[in-house]
Amino acid sequence: MQARSKQLKNTKFPDVDTQWLFGCILCLALVFVDPTATRCWIWEQILGITQYPTLYPTGISSWLKLPSCRELESNHIAMSQWEKRIRDLFRTAPRGETSELRKGLVSQYAHERKDAIERTIHAMTLGKDVSGLFPDILKNLATHDLEQKKLVYLYLMNYAKTHPELCILAVNTFVQDTEDPNPLVRALAIRTMGCIRVDKMVDYMNIPLQKTLKDENPYVRKTAAICVAKLFDLNSQLAIEEGFVEELQNLMDDANPMVVANAVSALAEIQDAAPQTKCFEITSTVLVKLLAALNECTEWGRISILTALADYKAENAEESGHICDRVVPQFQHVNPSVVLAAIKAAIAHMPSQPNDVQETLKRKMSSPLVTLLSTPPELQYVALRNIRIILQKYPSIAAKELRVFYCKYNDPLYLKLEKVEIMVNLATENNVKQLIAELNEYCHEVDMEFVRRAIRALGQCAIKLESCAPAVVDCLLDLLDNKISYIDQEVMIVMRDILRKYPAFEDAIPRLCDSIEEIDEPESRAAIVWILGEYSDKIPPIKSLIAPFCRSFLEEGTQVQLQVLTAAVKLYIKRPDEGKELIHELLQTATSKSDNADIRDRAYVYWRILSSDPAVAKKIVLAERPIIETTIEKMPESLLNELLGEISTLASVYHKSPANFMGRGRYGSDEVQKRALEEQRQAKDELNDDNLLDLDSGEPAKSDLNMLTDIFMNQPSSNNSATTGAANSASDDILSLFASVTAPVPTPSGGSSGAAPSADPFNFSSLNIQPTKPSPSLVAAVTTSTTSSNGSFDDLFGSQSASVPPPTTSGGDSKNDLLDLF
Amino acid sequence: MASAVFFLDQKGKPLLSRNYRGDIPMSAVEKFPLLLMEVEDETAVVPPCLSHEGVNYLYITHNNLYLLALTKRNSNAMEILLFLHRLKDVLIEYFKELAEESIRDNFVVIYELLDEMMDYGYPQITETKILKEYITQHSRIFELVVPQAQARPPVAVTNAVSWRSEGITYRKNEAFLDVVESVNMLCSPTGQVLRSEILGSVQMKCYLSGMPELRLGLNDRVIFDHQANTTGKQMATGSGKSGGRAIEMEDVKFHQCVRLSRFESDRTISFIPPDGEFELMSYRLNTNVKPLIWVDCKVTKHATSRIEILVKVKGQFKKRSTANNVEITIPVPDDADSPKFKTTTGTVKWRPEKSSIVWKIRQFGGGREFAMRAELGLPAVQASDATESKPPIQVTFNIPYFTTSGIQVRYLKIIEPKLQYQSYPWVRYITKSGDDYAIRMSS
Repeated sequence: MQARSKQLKNTKFPDVDTQWLFGCILCLALVFVDPTATRCWIWEQILGITQYPTLYPTGISSWLKLPSCRELESNHIAMSQWEKRIRDLFRTAPRGETSELRKGLVSQYAHERKDAIERTIHAMTLGKDVSGLFPDILKNLATHDLEQKKLVYLYLMNYAKTHPELCILAVNTFVQDTEDPNPLVRALAIRTMGCIRVDKMVDYMNIPLQKTLKDENPYVRKTAAICVAKLFDLNSQLAIEEGFVEELQNLMDDANPMVVANAVSALAEIQDAAPQTKCFEITSTVLVKLLAALNECTEWGRISILTALADYKAENAEESGHICDRVVPQFQHVNPSVVLAAIKAAIAHMPSQPNDVQETLKRKMSSPLVTLLSTPPELQYVALRNIRIILQKYPSIAAKELRVFYCKYNDPLYLKLEKVEIMVNLATENNVKQLIAELNEYCHEVDMEFVRRAIRALGQCAIKLESCAPAVVDCLLDLLDNKISYIDQEVMIVMRDILRKYPAFEDAIPRLCDSIEEIDEPESRAAIVWILGEYSDKIPPIKSLIAPFCRSFLEEGTQVQLQVLTAAVKLYIKRPDEGKELIHELLQTATSKSDNADIRDRAYVYWRILSSDPAVAKKIVLAERPIIETTIEKMPESLLNELLGEISTLASVYHKSPANFMGRGRYGSDEVQKRALEEQRQAKDELNDDNLLDLDSGEPAKSDLNMLTDIFMNQPSSNNSATTGAANSASDDILSLFASVTAPVPTPSGGSSGAAPSADPFNFSSLNIQPTKPSPSLVAAVTTSTTSSNGSFDDLFGSQSASVPPPTTSGGDSKNDLLDLF
Repeated sequence: MASAVFFLDQKGKPLLSRNYRGDIPMSAVEKFPLLLMEVEDETAVVPPCLSHEGVNYLYITHNNLYLLALTKRNSNAMEILLFLHRLKDVLIEYFKELAEESIRDNFVVIYELLDEMMDYGYPQITETKILKEYITQHSRIFELVVPQAQARPPVAVTNAVSWRSEGITYRKNEAFLDVVESVNMLCSPTGQVLRSEILGSVQMKCYLSGMPELRLGLNDRVIFDHQANTTGKQMATGSGKSGGRAIEMEDVKFHQCVRLSRFESDRTISFIPPDGEFELMSYRLNTNVKPLIWVDCKVTKHATSRIEILVKVKGQFKKRSTANNVEITIPVPDDADSPKFKTTTGTVKWRPEKSSIVWKIRQFGGGREFAMRAELGLPAVQASDATESKPPIQVTFNIPYFTTSGIQVRYLKIIEPKLQYQSYPWVRYITKSGDDYAIRMSS
């Protein structure tokens, strides 16, 4: 029996769960068979099992005690003592695993040590903190087992930071390993040394790195080349002083292309991190080397070389031409990243070439770009974002390729949206018919985002190409029949733009009005209200259509409120009889109940204009608006040019300048901070220009506005902001002035005991009292200035709704702003 | 360059990671699942590149896994995403499939691979064949047998010819070429071809000894033109008469073994092949092709009772050829039930989980026409919001001994300067449906 239990004890079970279960069952069985012989064994099991304490819910321990008590009594051992022991064991349980690992790590048997190392790494992988084992792992460093060595090194890399002082103990082994006969070991050692980012380690890297850089085996050299970049990152001074950077430059002459590639990568990185070193200046001799290595290199090496070539500023057109010639064959590479890098290099060197060469290059670029669309979706996405940049600069490249951008049914959404974007850009008179048919198809899919984008794309086509507008309008109106809410919302927005450009489509309005009930999103509501206001003279039941918006005025979003105001004014101007009641009520509500300054200001402006001279009001409100050329979003020129140099990088994916998304990285917080400040300053300058200069009217507008501010500043009641910040944002001041001028009006407590405004909404003479003495002249000034240039008022209002125009605002955007207003 | 690479499970919990540059706190990964959710809430579109507080997250998905790379710089996004894909491919070749389980079970090998495939964020070696030579899954067993022989970096790793090791010998030297053309097509219900492209690929199985030099000749028009230019007019007319039609390949991509500069200068495809299977080249043709298999589908829907589908299929390819394993997937409403089918050939099955019926025809002769009638019941009550997705009809097939484009291998010359053995090149052609051969349903 004893022998049998011994045997059982030695049985290894596959995992602890089964071991525990099995143990329990055996215990019970053996107790029945032979209680005395089993006693000891059970105890051993119980104590042994505590190595896996996590398996025990606390309840089990109490359960365990029950049988044990009986056993203990028979053994004449004080029960309390045993119990205490057991409890202690459970209490110290959390340390169990670590201690067991430690035991394994210092075991005398090699396989047990290796097993323990593997388990340690496993625990590390699971995210457990096993840094406590550092000294024990170190003991296993010197081994000839490559796999074990790799694991130990991996551990060192991960936990070096926790025990920087102990890392020194590993140095000796590292140095020895860099002299190992096996190149794999040499490379591994130098690679790992570079990854142990501890200052003390740097001092010891010197000699091994020197040696490995001159190693006979290219595998070691290519690893050492990267290691120089690592060293530079840790201690740039040392790297320069010890001549590693020069070594790296020498490695560019290496016979092995992979070494050259890694040397190029490392140099490019050093140059990037510290431009003052000038370590990576491409001269004509270096250029020859790079071009030679390009054809021999592995795919990843080619990317580094091509990127370096793209950043290189050629001395003359001849050299650029040479680079282009050598780069073009890479278009045929199977690796899409190489292809894109080659295209980047070609684009960088293209502008200096004669026109016919440029055309050939563009033609050669076209199909590799299109082929990038047969890659996995994530890569396609990067490709599409880049194609958009390239197309904006060189539209001819994919002019005939519209059909390859058709969306596949199971493309991810982000691809579909990008493809639609490109398709709209490619639309021409020749292909627009096909495109509209295709977009119409997309409008019937189920994905809401996609459908809305497709509808918007239809609108963009119509505005870009007049010939297709009728087809698009038909298409949009058919979509309304589906009675799907989000489609209706989007159609409204698109129809607003179309009507803005082609007022002739007014026949469509009744059908739009049919679904007016469905519209609940602010932008769409604003759109339909704009349409109502614009065509108020042509819609017979206009009053009943606008009235609900006026009733719910206070619940609407700002955007909608502004539109409702304008629409009501338009209605009043066009059909005074119908609009009179409405506008009165509305201006009342807006001026007295709205807590949004923009709304109140706008209401006051209208009120005043209307009361002074309806004819002038008509001129202002119904002024001719600039024509929309396109609603397709384009990148501003400066950004576009910057991004052309960033092809295939993250910047090209985000369509943002790198400075805008790179945080406080290794580029240093100072740099970012400095840039931010500079940008702010620039933005300020631009802002000044934008506000004073209208996009459409030039100098006269400026003088008009200046005159306006002058007048306002002379006002006795003008507040401080008006006097101080005159130049900065003239329009804001005007608005604040309007506010200050009329502030006392709605509040009876303001001291103006004059006639109640409700008596006659447009009797401003009763309102313009007290604080603003010369107000009639002020209104006159406003009117004169606006009559002289309608545009300037446009701008005034435009900057009101978007009080700080973003610095990137292009012509199209501000036109949209205008659109919001009128 | 990537600062760190992670494997995450479905919920975004890290399974395994490797920190390459140490310039990003590894805890940044905890933000990733939140970031995904945030972006989705905001715009409903989640692109594969995200930026948050100066850290850029680039990821791909595979089998409910995320492969994520972090970077702090304005790195080459294409390179990183491609590397993740390559990493995925390598791991699949190592473990047959890549899933949570296989990552947990093989963490030692994965660490080794990660170490070898990328150094300090720069991709190094991503060829599975080469990696397998010195990162072996059962290195322990190896050692027990031959304790002395340690793994060394294969010469190929840093050779100019990084894809082939020296000293390969075969008793019989053979090379197999498979020309596979996948046809992607989108047709309107009326039979108009909206988009069509042929994606061709020349796959090679190479069992050749030594370091053979191969040259491949195709009937590519550009090559013909080039030869005509160089060898004079007579040749041009000669080849025009004898050589059948020449085709124009639009965008040719070669395996890295092909000398690109040579192809650019004299259009010769010359290379030293890797051992075993690989894709030698791929090409794309944008020519308008007639649908090889045309499906005409008429759907009559009697709301609240049943739906009738009448399908006619026609093989519009050469009479000599036969299409194999034709599968036509026709979408039906989600709530359809009790299907009844009648067909002249093949079998029809209802796949409620995919809301479609699948008609399979094993052999489909060129020029033949078949018909099928299906009737499915519809529920008596109708959902209030009648927005229905309208997936297209999908067709899959393959037609052996036939290429749509007419591409032909004219010769494959195999020269091994040292061994000078006799070798046997074999060529096969096949046309199949691409992953997007679809015909839209009429509304």
